[in-house]
Amino acid sequence: MNSFLIISRAAPYGSAAAREALELALACALFDREVALLLLDDAVYQLLPEHSPAGIGQKNLAAMQQSLPLYDVEKIYVCQSSLEARGLRPEALALPVTPVDPQSLKALLREHEAIINV
Amino acid sequence: MKFTLLIQSAPIDSQSSATALRFARALLSKGHEIERLFFYRSGVQSANRLALAPQDETNLPADWQQLISEFELDAVVCIAAAIRRGVVNATETARYGVEGDNLLENAELSGLGQLVAACAASDRVVTFGGGA
Repeated sequence: MNSFLIISRAAPYGSAAAREALELALACALFDREVALLLLDDAVYQLLPEHSPAGIGQKNLAAMQQSLPLYDVEKIYVCQSSLEARGLRPEALALPVTPVDPQSLKALLREHEAIINV
Repeated sequence: MKFTLLIQSAPIDSQSSATALRFARALLSKGHEIERLFFYRSGVQSANRLALAPQDETNLPADWQQLISEFELDAVVCIAAAIRRGVVNATETARYGVEGDNLLENAELSGLGQLVAACAASDRVVTFGGGA
């Protein structure tokens, strides 16, 4: 199994889930595997620009996120309806993303060999 | 078939680790192979041998240890996730200058690359306890 789809559903802070999903995506890339990231539900908040989590004693995820394209993790998919439900537009996000509707979501799940829900 | 199992929830907070253990036993009893058990996120707590349970309750880390020994399984615990959660072996306690280690005797601390490699070598990857 050589193509990975890493799925995150968590907001950027409040738990380590977002960081640990990013770490896994970067590890896949580092070991030369094809990898895509799929953000569902509150995970769409992960890519809002200008987080300032220092106030709650958390490290900003931005540095890790900005390293995604450098490691060739260029396929970042976000759930269209999760964005809409939160009043967000893809252009407002800090990295280029591909919005997906339920049909293309199904296709994504079919196309990838290892699907890892973090 | 060759399987990699990814365990991501702590034994006390979720049924997932227990389900993974039962799934592993079921696989082996049907003649499948387990390429690797990989413990990630709070799943690393499944590899804390100092987790203790009252006598009439299940002790999952002890059950994992038993399964790993019985079938000589390859069990890897994500080192970054583990040290953040206080699951350490003697090498790490020495490195960080703290006392007391608690990693299962037959598990290894290593990086996420071990998960990636195991997935690449497997026919199926099954995750337990993700998504929260």
